[in-house]
Amino acid sequence: MGYLDGFKVTFLKLFEERVTTEYPKEKRPKPARFHGRHVLNRYEDGMEKCIGCELCAGVCPAKCIYVRGADNPETAPVSPGERYGYVYEINYLRCIHCDLCVEACPTEAITESNLFEFSFTNRSDAIYTKDELVVDDEGRPRRQPWELWHDGDDLGTSGWMRATASSGNPDYQNRISWSSELGYGVRDPEIGQYISDVRDEADSSEDQYPSADSGNHH
Amino acid sequence: MTGDPLYLDGVDLTDVGIMALKVVVAFTFLLVATMFMVWFERKLISDMQNRIGPNVAGPWGLLQTFADGVKFFFKEDLRPENADPLVFRLAPYISAVTAFLAFAVVPIGGSFGDGSSGTVTIFGRETYLQVADPPIGILFLLAMSSIAVYGVMLAGWASGSKYPLIGSVRASAQAISYEAALGMATVVVVVLAGTLSTHGIVAAQSGGITRWFLVSSGIVPFIVFFIAATAELNRPPFDLVEAEQELVGGFHTEYSSIRFALFFLAEFMNVITMSAIMVTLFFGGPAGPIFFGMTWFWPTIWFLLKVLAFLFVFVWLRATLPRLRYDQLMHLGWKLLIPLILFWLMFISLKELRATYDWNWVVTYGAAVIALTIGASLLVAALRAGDRAYQEELEEV
Repeated sequence: MGYLDGFKVTFLKLFEERVTTEYPKEKRPKPARFHGRHVLNRYEDGMEKCIGCELCAGVCPAKCIYVRGADNPETAPVSPGERYGYVYEINYLRCIHCDLCVEACPTEAITESNLFEFSFTNRSDAIYTKDELVVDDEGRPRRQPWELWHDGDDLGTSGWMRATASSGNPDYQNRISWSSELGYGVRDPEIGQYISDVRDEADSSEDQYPSADSGNHH
Repeated sequence: MTGDPLYLDGVDLTDVGIMALKVVVAFTFLLVATMFMVWFERKLISDMQNRIGPNVAGPWGLLQTFADGVKFFFKEDLRPENADPLVFRLAPYISAVTAFLAFAVVPIGGSFGDGSSGTVTIFGRETYLQVADPPIGILFLLAMSSIAVYGVMLAGWASGSKYPLIGSVRASAQAISYEAALGMATVVVVVLAGTLSTHGIVAAQSGGITRWFLVSSGIVPFIVFFIAATAELNRPPFDLVEAEQELVGGFHTEYSSIRFALFFLAEFMNVITMSAIMVTLFFGGPAGPIFFGMTWFWPTIWFLLKVLAFLFVFVWLRATLPRLRYDQLMHLGWKLLIPLILFWLMFISLKELRATYDWNWVVTYGAAVIALTIGASLLVAALRAGDRAYQEELEEV
């Protein structure tokens, strides 16, 4: 009954599980590599990782990053090395969360968190400066008044979230980990990027980042 | 067939009161049913698309339509500069009022079996459970569904904008095409029932499922009526009138606020009315088993259940079928439905005539077959001639 097959399909849909969720009430676990708002990381001694090289600003397709580097003050250096990010601004009205800045960053200074529920009442709030982006002394992202946080959203901000492999090798040779980090929410290093590795990690990461009401499915 | 027994012994104040009560009840019922229908459609279509659907306003989102209505009331009422002011304002009311009026002749209850004539007793008066039972009930229904097209047509024309105009032109072409099939399917029922009164049609179907015109007319008229009714309602898969992808919103593109709400209301009310008409014509109206007590109560329940089944099917159609192309629509209407129902109408009429005058079987159907053969040969010859002329024309070019 070629013409009537479609009716069976739609009718049987009545008894299937719903694929949509009641978003504000019920939130799904986010993938491990979710692209949320950025954070600027610091080393475990409190030094900022950003060296003001402006590679992130150069690669940004939305032109939403503005960086000005400056020489480190000799008496009170901000970052290890010669230069540091003196001004660092991201305009979230423009950012498309493509993560190219994270790819470009040579020192793993900029990474993305799981936070995405933030809206502003004026344009200046949309421009995050170093005050908002740099993690605090424990390594937590700084929470802004207009941001909606849930359990686990601020975890896993540290770490190399490259989509491509280093040196073209999908295995991280000798288990390259990321540079050291202030203690909070550090992600385990990823061992490889073969599909099987990624799947294994995705399975285990659901326990690692519990989301609000994740068990509340229809 | 004497019409509503309410007026048999003259009209006094009680009769007027009962009449007013019936009007108010029917009006309220239709409004509430429309509210429910909008919710029902949205909920069902979301279920069929693995979504959740409206669930915030009221329990299970039941008050969603109410919330939408309130919102519409407080929206700005826009009128395009090029619009014809009077007609632009009038059109939504034509749509809404005809949708209301058509429902007035539908019998929504009353027991018809076992010799009872479908009357109920209110305040000591016997009356039908329908607002009005004019002797031309079916004609009234057809008239109302035709006038409803004017609402759409005038709305599109008066908007002074091209998409609404295209939408309304499509609407009128579609309505003309399908009203023929719709009307002839109705005529089959009228031939079988021997009356134009809706009450009479329901009464003629009393006494079991085999008496329903769905069965005794041979299902074909019902199928034709159903398809034509879907087209008449501009429901998917025949919603070319408001094809969103092509025409923005069709005839109501320029409408906003409560005027748009009126179109919306009329559209869904027409769905309910058309379902009720189909139940009346083919499914014995309120007929159904009466289990215990309250003989006036069960028929209404059966009627509502049957209407509900149709509403479900309408939503099901929308969830399943893609929209027809315009030439497919015309092809289906003119080349399939109309010849089919024309043939069926002649067949049923012949059958009834033979039964009435007790003609000889062989002679009757033999003559019919001969007449049909002659007609078909003439038709084929005409088609061939037309084709030849067309080919010659092509060769000349």
